[in-house]
Amino acid sequence: MSQAVPSSGPDPAPPAPEGPEAVDLIAATGAAPLLPPEVVAQSLGGYARAQVLRIRGGDSGMLPVLLGLIAISVVFQTISPGHVFLSAGNIVNLFQQSAVFMVLAMAEIFVMLLGEIDLSIGFVGPVGAVIAVQLVQPSTTNWPWWAAIVVSLVVCGLIGAVQGALITRLRLASFIVTLAGLLIFNGVLLIVLAFGPFSGYPSLSGLQKNVHTLYDLMWGHVSPAAGWIVMILLVGALSVGLALRDSRRRRSGLVAPPTSITAIKIGLMAAVGVAVVAVCNVNRAAVGSTLRGVPWAIFIVLAVLGAWSFLLGRTRYGRYVYAIGGNPEAARRAGINVIRVRTWAFILCAFTAGIAGLLYASYLGGMSNNVNGGQLVLYAVAAAVIGGTSMFGGRGKAVHGVLGGLVIGGIYNGMYLQGLKVQWEYIVTGLVLIGAVTIDALSRRNATTSGRS
Amino acid sequence: MTDARPEWAQLAVRGLYKSFGAVQALADVDLDVPAGQVTALCGDNGAGKSVLIKCIAGIHEPDRGHMYWNGRPVRIRSAHDASALGIETVYQDLALADNLDIVQNMFLGRERLRHRLLDENDMERAAGETLARLGVTTVRSIRQPVGSLSGGQRQSVAVAKAVMWNSKMVILDEPTAALGVTQTAMVLDLVRRLRDHGLGVLLISHNLNDVFAVGDRIAVLYLGRMVVQAEAASLDRQSAVEYMTTGGFGLTPVGGRPDGTGAGL
Repeated sequence: MSQAVPSSGPDPAPPAPEGPEAVDLIAATGAAPLLPPEVVAQSLGGYARAQVLRIRGGDSGMLPVLLGLIAISVVFQTISPGHVFLSAGNIVNLFQQSAVFMVLAMAEIFVMLLGEIDLSIGFVGPVGAVIAVQLVQPSTTNWPWWAAIVVSLVVCGLIGAVQGALITRLRLASFIVTLAGLLIFNGVLLIVLAFGPFSGYPSLSGLQKNVHTLYDLMWGHVSPAAGWIVMILLVGALSVGLALRDSRRRRSGLVAPPTSITAIKIGLMAAVGVAVVAVCNVNRAAVGSTLRGVPWAIFIVLAVLGAWSFLLGRTRYGRYVYAIGGNPEAARRAGINVIRVRTWAFILCAFTAGIAGLLYASYLGGMSNNVNGGQLVLYAVAAAVIGGTSMFGGRGKAVHGVLGGLVIGGIYNGMYLQGLKVQWEYIVTGLVLIGAVTIDALSRRNATTSGRS
Repeated sequence: MTDARPEWAQLAVRGLYKSFGAVQALADVDLDVPAGQVTALCGDNGAGKSVLIKCIAGIHEPDRGHMYWNGRPVRIRSAHDASALGIETVYQDLALADNLDIVQNMFLGRERLRHRLLDENDMERAAGETLARLGVTTVRSIRQPVGSLSGGQRQSVAVAKAVMWNSKMVILDEPTAALGVTQTAMVLDLVRRLRDHGLGVLLISHNLNDVFAVGDRIAVLYLGRMVVQAEAASLDRQSAVEYMTTGGFGLTPVGGRPDGTGAGL
């Protein structure tokens, strides 16, 4: 408004409402419990109280999955033979087993935020991977590893673009289009596998350096010293970013979390970083040899997590993804190009699935026809939901994929240590998934009953 | 009073016609929306209120008729044309994303950037200032998701979102329809504040309590025709009901056509 109105200006104190009839958003409703703790708490105690109220109000955030991870750790550590579940070697092993689920779940979250689903990525990722594996074979094409990766990711992105265009332009249901994709790319995978003189099993084994680089995506690791340096740089950069953001908010007269909260967050980040590097730097090889250092796979997962968290949280594109997931009509009226944003979500989803596919090929040491893409994608959806992402759109974060992937990987790993057959792994994973969606549904119900007055 | 000269009102509609197939939704409708006043547009269901505001907001293109903006003839063919003039509409469904917070909703589609990234601090400050100016909020809470707000608060946020963009006139479609007594009072206060800030307000309502509580002028549509436009003080409840339900046959016209020929029938 350009009219002459007294502007309150950037006053650090909450401005007093003007006039007796001024509307107080907090006092007028029972909405206070749902406030993010950051905006109400001025002290450590206040922050904790706000957090408790928020969880009671139904917005449990990542609490259930963190509790779930602790429960899985405690249970399997107790029952695993020789209590090896939390041994350094097994934890690194668990990370590597989970990496594919984590990245695939982060892919799925892009479309789940829109309230859509992409079932095809269970085979789109492996199709990208088999292309890369075929291209680097010394006896045939012998491409450099980086060119093979670029081509495989571009192919995945294009597949996502075609499926996305069918879904957004022709308004076909994403479930059906990508279910068709799941079948089609299963077939494509078999066709590409058959190329070359490898009898359908192009392999990444061997000592040739170019091929070995792809194998190292999962199995390679950095030296213990490099692990520490990278961790210190990462935690340092994140801490400085966090502290700068808070101080900038205070300078602008906005409410910022108390310094003690910022310090605790930085401390937690540092603790997790130190723990991960310390565990990875323990010698996990059999007696007589040495195998220590942070696996590349962890850095790849962190890079995907960082990039997609940044895109979703800090850019216009990310904001539009959430807006469309929350209310497509509002987004359309706000002038957002809904079709373009949705199509790009399918492209980014398939692209990220390509990264997961490369990790998968590296994990297997090659590609073969016994890829169970249907199970892969269902685990990815399960991981996203277990992590806290809603199936109905608008709610979720990239980090949910990582945490959910860890749960899935933890169950898989723990059951394997028990020597239990695969049927029990399926059943337990299914039960955990039901638990996760129950928590999601209950929290949504609480949020709607306590939120609106 | 409708005036022969369209200059006096911020928005003046003259002789508007709109039909959908065989259905004549609007016929020869005149309407004036002056700045700094609340014009209440009433009428029974199917009277053509929605069609009229959609013509003004650029959703429908009228078949015939003229619109003047501060006396200057204008054509509004799209929602974009309307907002370029400074006309913003708050529809009944509010168009808010429940999962986004108040700031994010208010800036949706017009986010401010800094180094190509979202400038959250700047947006939060600006949103807080707008809300404080309208007396809608306390700064502490503008980061809460809109889904956690009450109906009246959601309405307030939607209105603040609409008037934030240097708008000169705001159309409110049944803003109190779904609200209780306290919440309604809250929204009506906000409507008065908009008027006091010099905006033209076109309030669509069929709740006569609201209409007489905040309306400076009252316009009544009946079966697609404007049957009366008058100062609120010159009408009483009884005759307003009469106009809405029967078109005002048998009443002495208080409004008049620009050419002075009667009440538009």
